[in-house]
Amino acid sequence: MAKRIDVKDLNIFYGKFHAVDGVTLAVPPRSVTAFIGPSGCGKSTVLRSLNRMHEVTPGARVEGKVLLDGEDIYASSVDPVEVRRTIGMVFQRPNPFPTMSIRDNVVAGLKLAGVSNRKQLNEVAERSLRGANLWAEVKDRLDKPGGSLSGGQQQRLCIARAIAVQPDVLLMDEPCSALDPISTLAIEDLIGELKKDFTIVIVTHNMQQAARVSDQTAFFNLAGVGQPGKLVEIDDTEKIFSNPNQQATEDYISGRFG
Amino acid sequence: MIGAMTEDSGQSGGRAGVRRPGDSIFRALTTGSGLAIVIAIGLIGIFLLIKAVPSLVADKANFLFSPDFITTDPTNLKFGIRDLFVVTVLSSLVALVIAMPIALGIALFLTHYAPARLSRPFAYIVDLLAAVPSIVFGLWGAQVLGPTLEPFETWLNKVFGWFPLFANGNIPLAGAGTIFTVGVVLAVMLLPIITSVTREVFRQTPVMQIEGALALGATKWEMLRTTVLPFGRSGYIAASMLGLGRALGETVAVLIILHASPKPSGFSLFDGGYTFASKIASAASEFSQPLPTGAYIAAGLVLFVLTFIVNAAARSVAGGKVHK
Ligand SMILES: Nc1ncnc2c1ncn2[C@@H]1O[C@H](COP(=O)(O)OP(=O)(O)OP(=O)(O)O)[C@@H](O)[C@H]1O
Ligand SMILES: [Mg+2]
Repeated sequence: MAKRIDVKDLNIFYGKFHAVDGVTLAVPPRSVTAFIGPSGCGKSTVLRSLNRMHEVTPGARVEGKVLLDGEDIYASSVDPVEVRRTIGMVFQRPNPFPTMSIRDNVVAGLKLAGVSNRKQLNEVAERSLRGANLWAEVKDRLDKPGGSLSGGQQQRLCIARAIAVQPDVLLMDEPCSALDPISTLAIEDLIGELKKDFTIVIVTHNMQQAARVSDQTAFFNLAGVGQPGKLVEIDDTEKIFSNPNQQATEDYISGRFG
Repeated sequence: MIGAMTEDSGQSGGRAGVRRPGDSIFRALTTGSGLAIVIAIGLIGIFLLIKAVPSLVADKANFLFSPDFITTDPTNLKFGIRDLFVVTVLSSLVALVIAMPIALGIALFLTHYAPARLSRPFAYIVDLLAAVPSIVFGLWGAQVLGPTLEPFETWLNKVFGWFPLFANGNIPLAGAGTIFTVGVVLAVMLLPIITSVTREVFRQTPVMQIEGALALGATKWEMLRTTVLPFGRSGYIAASMLGLGRALGETVAVLIILHASPKPSGFSLFDGGYTFASKIASAASEFSQPLPTGAYIAAGLVLFVLTFIVNAAARSVAGGKVHK
């Protein structure tokens, strides 16, 4: 199911503000790509334009192409709702639906897609919760509200919710930034598991995390306040962290930034 | 918020003995105003009770279940609140049934469908409805809306007359001075109340949740159903209850629109008659003698209790939201 993503000369705007300039990159299937870079350089913005969440913000728009296995998700014939069904997203803060039960949270996407068979939903819920390493902790309270879990559990619930619909790609925007080290480790392990089935793009501020989980790393930077963010380079993670092509990347990674 | 509070208590608790005059004065003022309200409400209640009890004792009819309200002869009081209660509740419920879905639609439209440029002015227009004096609504209801609704009400009565609510009323339908018409007018008066509160609650739906739904591939309507509506539900219900409280007490508009009837209420929407409030207002000239006056005060007390219950219900619904 995993698909590749090719971004071609993507320019992203918030109204008149040019937030990201000319990004071109490729994400192979069944791999983890990490986005790193200083705050405000447009990592989230690029990530959100990969599943057309960017345009949810009033006035936001993009120019350029994002190809999912060769098909432009911004083509005029493409329905953004369909795009988001095939490209899932996990947010920085866990955002389960607070009043829905844990089980209903997991299968919310399936229900939206029209699946109503109780047995099938239960199966998917279990499979997804197992996939998100959460099954053991919640199997006895699937009917409790999603808001009753701890932050780390909620985040894994959100991951379960995202993988329940079997997306082609999984986007994660700093999925561990609100979590303790143990939950973070659990999610990193999970990412390692998930990449067998999904194409994953993850934004992170944690260099070690990028080094640990990703196959390739993209470094974004911005020239100054009010300037658009740019992709400085993208390469194998090992290469980026040992011997990057650009001086700016090296400075950022070694903490000699700014 | 929490930080400010702990800091505050830390100051007053940590330096026990230090009393700032500003603090003491402010505390006395706020405590005083709080107490004043409670005392005022208590006194009003006691006043009403004292005035009502002699009349209730002199009442020759069953206060709760008699449809009569005859107070012309102070030595032979015969009054009951059955019809006042029925007319009040029926007209308010009609208003609620009409206003609730429309207000919900307007609130959703304003928060999630209207273009940003249109949303503000449109919200302003809806809010303006609240500024129209109820006497104007009354005139409009009696002169314009009633005659307009008359054919529709006649049709309803003819086709659905077998259903008790649409059965023949106790007044002729000409001019449609009916509970139904009053309900429609009250609905218009409730719209701004319910809409404005609901709109604000909907606006506060966390963006994170909205995006969570959209990222799962929810259409706009599905997003509204999974996030905004559950989030705003209790606020919407509380707003409707507040509106109901307002409808129960509306006086002038009802007085102008609703035709009086010599016959008791038959629980039909095409009845005429009086609500608690309009009955009391209509009899203001009788208030020179204590016993007849007491009869109306007793009716007022019942309205007071009814409104109080509705408001308490609204608060408990809204409070449930805060504690969730
Ligand atoms: N909703 C918005 N409206 C207008 N400008 C925005 C909006 N969201 C982000 N921006 C701007 O776009 C630029 C990139 O923001 P973005 O959130 O993508 O940065 P980021 O790299 O994810 O930063 P961080 O690491 O802090 O999350 C910033 O200059 C930001 O101010
Ligand atoms: Mg970000």
